[in-house]
Amino acid sequence: MKAIPLWKRTALVLTAPVAALIFSVLMSSIVLVLSGSSPLRAYADMFQHASRLETMIDILNRATPLYIAGVAAAIGFRMNLFNIGVEGQYLLAAIVAAHLGAMVTLTPVLHVTFIMLIAVAVGAAYSGFAGILKVTRGVNEVISTIMLNAIAISGLVAYLVRLWQAGGAIDPGSAQRVGTTPIPASGLLPDLNAIVETFTRELRQGKTLTGVLVVAIVVGLGYHVLVNRTRFGFDLRASGINPFAASVGGVPPKRMVVAAMALSGAVAGLVGLTEIMLTGYFPANPIRGLGFTGIAVALLGRNHPVGIVFAALIFGFLDVSSGVLQFTGAASREIVVIMQGVIILAAVVAYEIARRAREKEEARAAAEAMVSA
Amino acid sequence: MKRLAELPGWLRWGLYAAVGVLLLTIVQNLGGTDRLTSVTSSQSMLRWAIPILLAGLGGLFSERAGVVNIGLEGMMILGTWFGAWGGITYGAWWGIVAGIIGGALGGLLHALATVTFGVDHIISGVAVNILAPGITRFLSSEILTTIPGGSITQSPRVPGVGSATVPLLAGGTIGNWTTPDLFGWLGTKGWFFVSDVASILKGVMTRISWVTVIALMLVPFTAWLLWRTRFGLRLRICGERPEAGEAQGIDVYRYKYIGVIISGALAGLAGAFIASPELSGIYLEGQTTGRGFIGLAALIFGNWRPVGVLGGALLFGYPFGIGLRDLDGSASHALILVNAIGLAAVAFWAVRRSRRTDTVLAVTLSAGFAFWYLTTDVVPDVWINVLPYVIVLLVLIFFAQRLRPPAADGLPYRKGQT
Repeated sequence: MKAIPLWKRTALVLTAPVAALIFSVLMSSIVLVLSGSSPLRAYADMFQHASRLETMIDILNRATPLYIAGVAAAIGFRMNLFNIGVEGQYLLAAIVAAHLGAMVTLTPVLHVTFIMLIAVAVGAAYSGFAGILKVTRGVNEVISTIMLNAIAISGLVAYLVRLWQAGGAIDPGSAQRVGTTPIPASGLLPDLNAIVETFTRELRQGKTLTGVLVVAIVVGLGYHVLVNRTRFGFDLRASGINPFAASVGGVPPKRMVVAAMALSGAVAGLVGLTEIMLTGYFPANPIRGLGFTGIAVALLGRNHPVGIVFAALIFGFLDVSSGVLQFTGAASREIVVIMQGVIILAAVVAYEIARRAREKEEARAAAEAMVSA
Repeated sequence: MKRLAELPGWLRWGLYAAVGVLLLTIVQNLGGTDRLTSVTSSQSMLRWAIPILLAGLGGLFSERAGVVNIGLEGMMILGTWFGAWGGITYGAWWGIVAGIIGGALGGLLHALATVTFGVDHIISGVAVNILAPGITRFLSSEILTTIPGGSITQSPRVPGVGSATVPLLAGGTIGNWTTPDLFGWLGTKGWFFVSDVASILKGVMTRISWVTVIALMLVPFTAWLLWRTRFGLRLRICGERPEAGEAQGIDVYRYKYIGVIISGALAGLAGAFIASPELSGIYLEGQTTGRGFIGLAALIFGNWRPVGVLGGALLFGYPFGIGLRDLDGSASHALILVNAIGLAAVAFWAVRRSRRTDTVLAVTLSAGFAFWYLTTDVVPDVWINVLPYVIVLLVLIFFAQRLRPPAADGLPYRKGQT
């Protein structure tokens, strides 16, 4: 059989997401025209804004937690597990890590490591619980993680925020900035401004590029190596494709479920790092929704370590662009939320169509091979 | 004596409810609170249960047709917005209609993705849940901000459809005649259990919205439609053995579409109810607070049957209803004891069936709740907010393996597959 050339393979992989993007741009344009705005002006404003260095920093800061959340969801997806609970896992992990991180005195590197380990452990435990319920009690992980989300967000986190709130406003300048006790400087990851400024110019408007970006890159590399280069990753993918065949091949299915859920939660635990490293504490009103958007990012990126990078950047770009639309008045800023929703729906439909087309093609090729043999 | 499982659904669930009320009565007498079985408590229980019931019935139509619908939450969000907008613009009943249509459009989208394009049901549901708040936020920015009193996150007041009190039993009026209030009278007598039941019944019969009446009537109607008509049989075969349905000449895609669109319509009605004065009286961004998911949990709790869904909705609505009025926390505290006793009952059940793991687990959890009850006087107010979710988890932990979802629920189906 002839090997398909690389360019053709790449083109095949990219067709579906690009088609989804084009479709969602078209849909959004229709919505914008219907609401009396000019789509061209809106897109021009968005891209012009995004070409500024400060905006790029914003996009990276937003894409960083989205990427980590995407990888967390993707680990589950690779095993046909739906970890809908990334949302609850990251919020719970972040508040516990921020609180305990503020309680201890350690040397700089050790302190950051300690905070990250706590976050990973809390995320893994909370998600692993759903895995244990699945294998020992037959509770579907979709329902259990949804329930655990609610218990974490409107229960545990809401309670802990009040319990651990560091008396009144932390920042005297603003009454709203209330949260847990601030983490000492030794516990905070340094920002990456120095690196950015070496290659470009000085960052204005007090922008900082989050140091968690490095963590995200490490998570991405780790995900790639684990899934594609290790025995565990092979078992994970095998169980995802055919759990029965995998168990015949000696992969314990129950242990794989718990391990995959725990691993997914462990990564989810790191999602909240961006915010606590930026503010230095867990705010009473943290950024929410990163977990749900992370699921979308994983779907758009097809659970691929590099695909998720692009997906996270696209979603980060859209999130940040909503601000400029508000500012220039070219269109309602809410159009970006619609775009995100349409992209994700269009992408999953496009992937499904592409998958079926490929299957048909493979079946035809196999049939031809049979005939010629 | 007949076995419990052989009784008809309504009688069995009626028995469960009676046992539940008896339990509440006992705990109420022990715990020094009077809110567990008061008229206002059962009134707000019903109000909170209706959106859960409607979402659960929505899930029933979808999953009986074989399509898992975790997009109920998003469809409910569409229902709140369209319900509020329609109500403000065209009047209360048109608001209900608009909410239904808004939700049905969400259902159509889910059907398009899952049935026509064969996308995984969970993935499509997640996408709907992401898209729906985006749509409503955009619509708010375009439309609500132009209405006086509206803003991007909320609407002005939404009109209500009106309500009625049941005559003769709860003191409603017939014409100009104010009828006797039988349950109200019984409720004030202070008779153990009898007065408690009467108060609860008075609560669910006093000033109930017409939408509530419709929602409650939908329970027997759904049971009749799905289990007693040809349409229902065909819809259910799509969720059990679609290939068999296809062999019978049924257009499986069509029935799946119908099921999912009805599902969205009911979730939309639930949303319209949330935005109506019965619960909020305005559209407020994020006001569904995951109740679509609780509806799904009620569906599972009710073992994919209409009366069971009603049972689940009332059970999950109860803590929400109590929590709002429980300012000193005494009722929330008493509910810990209810949990402990409930788990003790599960332990008793597990012992009789000689299920060792279940027994150990139930005894441990029950003891834990009992210990918590005895060692504290005040509970954090978040407890009552998470209680419904905790109950769902507990129910699933003990009974997940006894539930029977439709056999082809959530499985992809392509025309002509074998």
